[in-house]
Amino acid sequence: MKLRVTILPKPGVLDPQGKAIAQALAALGFSGVNDVRAGKTIMLDLAETDPVKAEAAAREMAQKLLANTVIESFTVEPA
Amino acid sequence: MHAAIILFPGTNRERDIAIALERASGRKPAMVFHRETELPAGTDLVVLPGGFSYGDYLRSGAMAAHSPIMAAVRAHAARGGLVLGVCNGFQILIEAGLLPGGLLKNATLRFLSMECTLRVERANTAFTSHWQQGATFRAPMAHGDGNYFADDATLDRLEGENLVAFRYVDEHAQATEAANRNGSARNIAGIFSPDLRICGLMPHPEDLVDPMMGGIDGLPMFESLAAA
Repeated sequence: MKLRVTILPKPGVLDPQGKAIAQALAALGFSGVNDVRAGKTIMLDLAETDPVKAEAAAREMAQKLLANTVIESFTVEPA
Repeated sequence: MHAAIILFPGTNRERDIAIALERASGRKPAMVFHRETELPAGTDLVVLPGGFSYGDYLRSGAMAAHSPIMAAVRAHAARGGLVLGVCNGFQILIEAGLLPGGLLKNATLRFLSMECTLRVERANTAFTSHWQQGATFRAPMAHGDGNYFADDATLDRLEGENLVAFRYVDEHAQATEAANRNGSARNIAGIFSPDLRICGLMPHPEDLVDPMMGGIDGLPMFESLAAA
């Protein structure tokens, strides 16, 4: 089963990349961009076929390695 | 002082640390590859040196934190053994959960390769005993992810328990915003574990330990460790 893990800086954690992207968008003439947060996406292809078990496994992977939960939050969804 | 320096793929400051330790203690440190599962018998100090372990994949230090040797480093720390992490080594200690907080991309988004001034926030430790409390010293730094972050409760605890090791300061020993080039929370450049046996910092004291390098500002750290 394929899953998508999305990792973003936690609210309140400085996101200089997001800020720089927002500034670049404004410089390109895109108006009305209130906020940009930049993170990463990790695609997992797991042997597990049970969606509940697969999601639980992906959450554990995110907790232990994929995200640093001190500074990042993550979501797991079927891909 | 029997020291072991851990080598990960991408580590590149191991010789700098070895020179500093040998100069201060007169003893050659052991080099230990990350695939090893044990430290040399009688190791007093483990050093995680700077570099770009595993190409900084995922997050700086994240991969190295789960290397086979790290179980032995954890056990060494749990026994009260000394552990020093410099630059990427600090990032590894944080990713391994041996020190609290996180190291974010520098606030300017720029890789910073320059000299900084550090203030010794606590001198009565195995890492800092050869400095006076509040002393300042120059240290080179070279990092992209050195912006120390922790939530306010953690920062308050670090300060309350006197576990801040070094702060970025200006030429008047003041912890100003201008002196805080990477944007670290409360100008923090380095911290201790609660038992004062683990120290992590971003700048490189090991690169100023000989007049030939331009100064010996960083030597007190290694003299402190040699005497510990």
